[in-house]
Amino acid sequence: MKMTGSEIIIESLRREGVKHIFGYPGGVVLNIFDALYDTKDVQLILTRHEQGAIHAADGYARATGKAGVALVTSGPGATNTVTGIATACMDSIPLVVLSGQVPTMLIGNDAFQEADIVGITRPCTKYNYLVKDVNELSKIIREAFHIATTGRPGPVLIDLPKDVTTAKTEFHWPHIDVRSYKPTYEGNKYMITQSAHLIAKAKKPVIIAGGGVISSGAAKELHEFAELTRIPVAMTLMGLGGFPGTHDLSLGMLGMHGTYYANRTVQDSDLLIAIGMRFDDRVTGKIDAFAPHAKIIHIDIDPTSIRKNVRVDIPIVGDVRRVLTVLNKILKEEIQEQWEEVRKAWLKQVEAWKAERPMTYTWSDEVIKPQFVVEKIYELTKGDAIIATEVGQNQMWAAQFYKYDKPRTWLSSGGLGTMGYGFPAAIGAQLAHPGKLVIDIAGDGSIQMNIQELATAIVNKLPVKVAILNNRYLGMVRQWQELFFNERYSYSHLDVTPDFVEVARAYGALGLRATKPSEVEPVLKEAFRVKKPVFMDFVIDWKEKVFPMVPAGAPIDHMLFEETEKKGEKKLKAVK
Amino acid sequence: MRHTISVLVENKFGVLSRISGLFSGRGYNIESLSVGETIDPQISTMTIVTTGDDQIIEQITKQLNKLIDVIKVTDMTELEHVEREMVLVKIAPRQEDKPEVLNIAEIFRGRIVDSSQKTYTIEITGDEKKIEAFIELMKPMGIKEFVRTGKVAISREGVRKK
Ligand SMILES: Cc1ncc(C[n+]2csc(CCOP(=O)(O)OP(=O)(O)O)c2C)c(N)n1
Repeated sequence: MKMTGSEIIIESLRREGVKHIFGYPGGVVLNIFDALYDTKDVQLILTRHEQGAIHAADGYARATGKAGVALVTSGPGATNTVTGIATACMDSIPLVVLSGQVPTMLIGNDAFQEADIVGITRPCTKYNYLVKDVNELSKIIREAFHIATTGRPGPVLIDLPKDVTTAKTEFHWPHIDVRSYKPTYEGNKYMITQSAHLIAKAKKPVIIAGGGVISSGAAKELHEFAELTRIPVAMTLMGLGGFPGTHDLSLGMLGMHGTYYANRTVQDSDLLIAIGMRFDDRVTGKIDAFAPHAKIIHIDIDPTSIRKNVRVDIPIVGDVRRVLTVLNKILKEEIQEQWEEVRKAWLKQVEAWKAERPMTYTWSDEVIKPQFVVEKIYELTKGDAIIATEVGQNQMWAAQFYKYDKPRTWLSSGGLGTMGYGFPAAIGAQLAHPGKLVIDIAGDGSIQMNIQELATAIVNKLPVKVAILNNRYLGMVRQWQELFFNERYSYSHLDVTPDFVEVARAYGALGLRATKPSEVEPVLKEAFRVKKPVFMDFVIDWKEKVFPMVPAGAPIDHMLFEETEKKGEKKLKAVK
Repeated sequence: MRHTISVLVENKFGVLSRISGLFSGRGYNIESLSVGETIDPQISTMTIVTTGDDQIIEQITKQLNKLIDVIKVTDMTELEHVEREMVLVKIAPRQEDKPEVLNIAEIFRGRIVDSSQKTYTIEITGDEKKIEAFIELMKPMGIKEFVRTGKVAISREGVRKK
């Protein structure tokens, strides 16, 4: 039987196991929308902005490991997804984005709502397609899912001219083989064996776990590796949840706002085992001064990540999970070592650093400290929630004061740092996990970037909770201005922020407010109890800053702490 | 250092812009680039001449390899290989220089591919040194314009560079 392009799209999505897509209609995709009208098993979630759709698809992907799917119209619909596509690309998140396009005949004519979205997204997708022939459609969709979800995952865009969506052809579901795309999954055995020996020789090793641990599903293998060899684990922002934050070997996050002990441990180490991470500048600080005494083993599926920013002694290209499986086996079978004994001195040192400067903040009876809100969220949920974040101070506090024990419970825009990401991402995650508590930890600036998605949450009965850490400022900008620009708060004060409680009410959600520390817990409890979306407006101390902090471009052990700052030492002092 | 990189790519639209976008987006520079079909019409070869230290060249080859449409990347500089480039030079010599122009063209095994009352167009093929030497010699003779193809390169069979 012949099918239209639109029907082929839906049948192909069905075969890829897609249950939900996020989207927004418009002229050239009306045929696809029409085909969706009678479709029961593929449901479209209508967002209120295409940026909302793309971030929701991203949140869905991060929370499940499956590709997130978005469907938008040509021109402005497509360009509205660009920020979200770039966000996913930086963080290696699998997405398949279907964009409408003007009819093939009109392409290049500056037709109404024409945008060269394939050209625009070329540098921020893993791959993209313009479909020119309906006979290629199913193959392209199949390839797109394959490319998006394998190797180092990433977003793939398929541009669909209107005539392709109406043309008819026989449906086929061809076997695909992209000859020029063959990711390396198995690490080089010799290199892995060399690593095992290096690990056995090392006196002060440390693991840095990144987002690759999560995307390859290697949390269990990493856990085994760390426990077997008794090596402490620091995590990048993207790696949170890849190793239990509550584990005694966990050092929490490293880098610009990392813990003192993570940064100290890394700087002092003699062996760095970098797993599924890419040495971003927010992680390394001043690159020449990064882990100066350490040999580096770098495991990553993307060969371009290796030796891009730092020298590497043992490069291992491969899937993190498979490489760790082999490594663990070699360590157990070939290397007899009394790991407990061997690591005693080093772990004692690490413990001393933990005791020296634990993660703290100054408590106040009068005004709410944002860290307290995050801690309370952790305490009340017992860590059993999915946390999304916006970007800025809220994101850092959420990373520092909540302990992520499981992968895919932390959804945050790491690479691009996209304000407005968290709320729609939380909506996507909630759709994927209806029974879970999903919380967006937000700033009052960021939440206003996609606040319209509250309607999406309401309509689809997605009881997402938003904890707004309301400081009336673009807080992170204000923090930099305070520290590095002589307190010249140039356009970082928000002057008028809407009454978030009223906003919530206007949309049909619940709005709650806490202005005193004693109100934090009752507000959270009430929010978690009700079965609908909630905005919680936590009016926090606007002066609060994120510490520790490594100034941009400084070595990561040159950290500024709250107390040095309080003493009026505005100059950032080195620890050593 | 200067590298000649040969890239086998799927012969699809948009591939050239993926490759040039990779270079421009990461601040690598392209000195020359030439593209053409191979024996398999679905595959093209691009020959790219670029400069950079070892780390940059390593990144360039890895990044090229990572592009979905790229089938194979060979850094020719690491192999024994043959390189050729062609230039078309349009010269408007003075009357008295004409014999000299023809003479030099002959020495360089050039071909006159077009001539008019005032001009000759000469085709020269060779490695970069030869092309450059020819252009240098022709400069005083009154070059009006020249067009270079950019390098193409092919490996020599059975020999590895030490
Ligand atoms: C889309 C976007 N625009 C600008 C920025 C730059 N930026 C980073 S943090 C920040 C302030 C965020 O303010 P808010 O959401 O109130 O969070 P806070 O830092 O106060 O917690 C800004 C403007 C960004 N990251 N993303």
